[in-house]
Amino acid sequence: MTPLIRVEGLSVRHGSLPVLHDVDLSLAPGEIVTVVGPNGSGKSTLVRALIGAVPPSAGRVTRKPGLRIGYVPQKLGLDPTLPMTVRRFLGLPGRVPADVAAEALEKAGVPGLADRQISALSGGQVQRVLLARALLGAPELLVLDEPTQGLDQPGSAAFYRQIEAIRSETGCAVLMVSHELHVVMAASDRVICLNGHICCEGRPEQVARAAEYRALFGTGTGGALALYRHEHTHSHDHDHDHGHSHDHGHGSAA
Amino acid sequence: MSLLDGFLARALLAGLGVALVAGPLGCFIVWRRMAYFGDATAHASILGVALALALSLPVFVGALVVALAVAGGITVLTTRGLATDTALGVLAHSALAAGLVAVALLGLRVDLEVYLFGDILAVGRTDLAVIWAGALAVLALLAWRWQRLLIAVLNPDLAEASGIDARREQMALTLALAVVVAVAIKVVGALLISAMLIIPAAAARPLSATPERMAALAAALAATSAGGGVWASWTFDTPTGPTIVCAAAALFLCVTAATWRRR
Repeated sequence: MTPLIRVEGLSVRHGSLPVLHDVDLSLAPGEIVTVVGPNGSGKSTLVRALIGAVPPSAGRVTRKPGLRIGYVPQKLGLDPTLPMTVRRFLGLPGRVPADVAAEALEKAGVPGLADRQISALSGGQVQRVLLARALLGAPELLVLDEPTQGLDQPGSAAFYRQIEAIRSETGCAVLMVSHELHVVMAASDRVICLNGHICCEGRPEQVARAAEYRALFGTGTGGALALYRHEHTHSHDHDHDHGHSHDHGHGSAA
Repeated sequence: MSLLDGFLARALLAGLGVALVAGPLGCFIVWRRMAYFGDATAHASILGVALALALSLPVFVGALVVALAVAGGITVLTTRGLATDTALGVLAHSALAAGLVAVALLGLRVDLEVYLFGDILAVGRTDLAVIWAGALAVLALLAWRWQRLLIAVLNPDLAEASGIDARREQMALTLALAVVVAVAIKVVGALLISAMLIIPAAAARPLSATPERMAALAAALAATSAGGGVWASWTFDTPTGPTIVCAAAALFLCVTAATWRRR
């Protein structure tokens, strides 16, 4: 299958400071890939290089011609001096009909917000509005940069379930950046552990056992990981009865 | 006697031209937190005025060239790691001082006060043509790139993900700002141009639910200030540029008071 995005030998510098070096990465249609790494490991830079917002200093990023990317940034960062309704925001930069906008909001789990001011929404609502906007172009790839930052644990879990639902409905690939490995992992086909370069990658349970991962995150996350897996089995569409072993079922897609 | 023969009519038309473009462009200045950027460009344009006079060029040309150079210089300095406000301070004050020194060295007899505070009552037909041409050109630029400018101002990464070069949109805004400063310098003067950019936009904010409404309202409020200011300065024999700004400030106060009462 032709990859949606292929990254070869990517390096990025901010001034003289190397942020990423020698990153090789390929995204297949329909897969969910989670990028984890400590603060300052270059996660956001990798995402910004994928969407074309930062130029590589070496290597290259090849996107499938005409690839439709839906991007959900870490934060909207709306300046309070800029008045903006949800409806108007969804029409940027391409205007969309009202029914299409309403449908996107419905899919993202926030129906009926169209006429509200974005500045009056909660953090979770803003993230879902950003998700709705990303869904407007019928993306083949959803790119989410720490989308659950500032959400509590149930809020994050609900958000991830929404992403999974969207993936199974539309078949789009998902690239998600997270600092909360324990929440994301269960939904992922593949996890990439980043710290300036790719330390390790593979199926979630492989990465959780990897020495490189443990060196970065410590072993303490093990318990939290199990916690979410358990919770996760209630919402997934198959392998319910396998409980803790269901992650192995996902491994085949990696 | 045609309408343009009266200096009061010309002053009014000049004020309206500046107001109509300063309103919407001012919204972008406010949204991008570029308030001091406008200030710096305006101050620096005094150097352009001095150079234009020395070279017998139109004042508009000199002001435009220097305003663009300062805008470019600020962009370069900030990408090299100087904080924006520091870069602005360095360039704006240097250019303003260099302008004043140049005026003295070149032995020019210039009433600098005219360029600092504007002299709208002395606006001629050519000035009117320059102001309206500049204003309409900038309004056309804003209308043409409106969607792209908005998303680039809102979140540069979202713009890039949609295939829009956020830095190019930023440069379009800088160019627009330089043009407006250059055409407005004779009307409200270098020191007051930022006020015309910022006060009407700030007054329009609490009354607006969408960016389009804020831009339209800012234009209307700026035009009202221009009209009211010209009338008041004629009636009370006050300097016109500052009177226009006072009118804008009065409108801002009214809106602020009204929105406070509503709460």
